[in-house]
Amino acid sequence: MKPQQEVEEELQPIMEPITTDIWHEIADDNDPFVAKACICAGFNVFEDILGKASWIEYLYLLFQQQQPTPYEIKLLNDLAVAIANAGPRDHSIQAAMSAAAGGSTLASCLMAALAVGAGQLNGGQEIFHAVTMWQRCGNDVVLWRHTLTEKTYLNFQLEINGHEYGTWPKLTQPPGFALHGLHCAAPTLQTLEHLANLTDTPTGSTLRWLLLNRQTLEQASQLPLSMTGVVAATFTQLKLDPQQSELLYLLLRLPGAAAHALEQHRLCWRDYPFHPQGIKLEEYQ
Amino acid sequence: MNGLGSFQTEIRVHPLASWEENWTTELGIWYPGERVVFRGQDMFKDLSTLPWMGLLLYGITGKVPNSQQIRLFDGIWALAASFPDPRLWNNRIGALAGTARSSTTLGVSAGIAVSEAIIYGYQPLMAAMESLLAISNRLQQDSTNLKDILQEKLAAKHASSTKPASGKNRCVAQLPGYGRPIAARDERIEPLMKLAAELGFDKGPMLTLAFSIEQTLADMGQTLQMNVVGLMAGLSADQGLSPREHYEYGVLCFSAGILHCAVDAAKHPAAAFFPLRCARIHYTGPALRQWQSKNTQLIG
Repeated sequence: MKPQQEVEEELQPIMEPITTDIWHEIADDNDPFVAKACICAGFNVFEDILGKASWIEYLYLLFQQQQPTPYEIKLLNDLAVAIANAGPRDHSIQAAMSAAAGGSTLASCLMAALAVGAGQLNGGQEIFHAVTMWQRCGNDVVLWRHTLTEKTYLNFQLEINGHEYGTWPKLTQPPGFALHGLHCAAPTLQTLEHLANLTDTPTGSTLRWLLLNRQTLEQASQLPLSMTGVVAATFTQLKLDPQQSELLYLLLRLPGAAAHALEQHRLCWRDYPFHPQGIKLEEYQ
Repeated sequence: MNGLGSFQTEIRVHPLASWEENWTTELGIWYPGERVVFRGQDMFKDLSTLPWMGLLLYGITGKVPNSQQIRLFDGIWALAASFPDPRLWNNRIGALAGTARSSTTLGVSAGIAVSEAIIYGYQPLMAAMESLLAISNRLQQDSTNLKDILQEKLAAKHASSTKPASGKNRCVAQLPGYGRPIAARDERIEPLMKLAAELGFDKGPMLTLAFSIEQTLADMGQTLQMNVVGLMAGLSADQGLSPREHYEYGVLCFSAGILHCAVDAAKHPAAAFFPLRCARIHYTGPALRQWQSKNTQLIG
């Protein structure tokens, strides 16, 4: 027969921990389910960070577990402004507005924006692939030209994983370039020029290199640079990996979706396109 | 090039212009107050006897399934996908929504999205059929035998460097459909094979190949047993579904399990679903340090 203590220990549930580099909590003296101190990557959030850090600095800390430099703060902040709202024609924002037009829950408006804005065309997956391309090509124009003309970016997954299994649709255009663009759009060019010329931009900056070599890359890809290309160059400059870049891009594009959803929720469904004559039914073969 | 870098100057008509207010499709249309056309059929007349699973399969494949096929695909969902256990990663989203007093719909829809996972769910679901078809093609085209193909897959340099379970480059296993997290044996194989036998679908060529792979792996001393995704790949492939169609068929398969977990948690006391005390966080990050103000000038 087992000793009583051993039996009791066996009956105790296993308290599996959550392991994290990011967050630590010190429990309240009287309530083990409430924290009296929260530590983010070594910094006390409510005693130290709060009041000193901007939202962008805190965002960077969460992703990188270290403080950004003044240049990195400015770079991320200004990129966040550039991509906060893609406008109501953007697919992800249309999704949020379409949800709102029908009076859907506000959370579902953002979920809709995330889902639609996650893909290979102007979405999170495009950023993932574009940053992967930056990791492969760096500031080497010969490598870029080869990757774009030979479309070797289509083989990255096979090279990394040894197979091409995946549920994402195939890439329809080189990541970072505008599928239907006739020329580089003014906002894209303005953002690139601004970010490439920030004070303290380091030598070898991806953005400065992209500004100098944009037309060469566009010739190689036969498509103009898109905002996603600028975003990927910026995230590479900030030393974010493809996964971090994908998620940060999804997050930074939500403010516009939220604002347009709120507005559309108020305006009602009659004030949003339904395309009454828009569908042409083809004969089913 | 001009100042904006125009290089497609020869294009006179924008590629999107012809699509403006012109969505051409053979999928279907709603005539308000009258009728609905679905792939050329009147939904209320021609398709009115089809159950929901029949309509789903018709939408995916464009072919009206027979009653045996409807029973098979319905049975796969019923037996293999919607377990009422809130610890499962996708079901947990439903349960967390319930315990946090979010809406059931939000919990279920997020849970469905979450089901596109690497270690279970839609990614291996589709990959298992792609893998099975690829092995079948190689067996037909090459003189290679099954053991050599499997040996090649398991010995590939990627087999050790890429892992479904953890790491930066997580991806679907080299041999999807075989092996399983938490439990090696898949308890769903037996009841599903019983159903397949009742319907006469238990001896199809792709299903037979799926079992041959499992047997060959065992003969090679591998511990990888077939999981239900491997079985589903064989069953679906024998019915003529493509990997993409198989994935589309699977997209909603977990919905009932997630739904029930969400509803159950909503009936429990608020926040009662596996509450975590502060001490459950195992912190592995940097030691306490002081924030250095960077004197940032975000404007200007």
